[in-house]
Amino acid sequence: MKLTVNNREEIIDRESLNITELLEEKKFSFKMLVIKVNGQLIKKPEYNSTQLKDGDDVMVLHLISGG
Amino acid sequence: MTFEEIKKILGSKTIGIAGCGGLGSNCAAALTRVGVGALVIADFDVIVESNLNRQYYFHDQIGMLKVFALKQNLLMINPHVKVHAFDIRLCISDIVEIFRGCDVIVEAFDKAEMKHMIIDAVHTHLPEKHLVMGIGMAGWGDNDIIHCRKSDKLIVCGDESNEVSDQNPPLAPRVGVVASMQANAVLEILLGKNPLSKSTYN
Repeated sequence: MKLTVNNREEIIDRESLNITELLEEKKFSFKMLVIKVNGQLIKKPEYNSTQLKDGDDVMVLHLISGG
Repeated sequence: MTFEEIKKILGSKTIGIAGCGGLGSNCAAALTRVGVGALVIADFDVIVESNLNRQYYFHDQIGMLKVFALKQNLLMINPHVKVHAFDIRLCISDIVEIFRGCDVIVEAFDKAEMKHMIIDAVHTHLPEKHLVMGIGMAGWGDNDIIHCRKSDKLIVCGDESNEVSDQNPPLAPRVGVVASMQANAVLEILLGKNPLSKSTYN
């Protein structure tokens, strides 16, 4: 599957992939994460049920303190 | 576009600023200088001496509520700017209520939890609004890793890696860079992409 993750092209060798699996695959283990797929916010309870498809544009945002 | 033309467009716009610390106070000052017509600012905090290493306040304002001190400072830059100041610790319903009338919302909170909350609030209740976030600006140096990226109406400015801690404090230069990037992103939303731009970033 070919995805764009944080503006970078990624080829992930899987037939199907949900958000939880993508985070495991990419080793994103931060606790305060925001995920957007094609501009749409995906909330945590929807990570398992959100299936990614070829060409999806995924933003993984790690929120940290400071301002 | 001439500065007069720019000012004419910006004069009819209202920008919401959520948090008046290092990011919010500096971003508000930049937007006031270029002629944004109105600002809606919100914060619950009082100025202490340690804030002065980066925030747009002065020594004789220590002890004042940040929203009122910021309003004072913005009016000294431009006495015609309209500043709606809310002394409040924002929750989701306040964010929706206070910033509903704004053209763009700038996230300028300190805590990661609050950053999460405003992303949630704006995407859920104000999906038509642009939200400009500041993420990662602690420490010094590393100019080359400060960047801006977007996903639909969410724009993120910062290095997305340097979290504030005792050993990595927020300091005027890097905080100011990110606050100015946020103000610059607001201008691009309000004015459109600069026709003279050389950037290939869209």
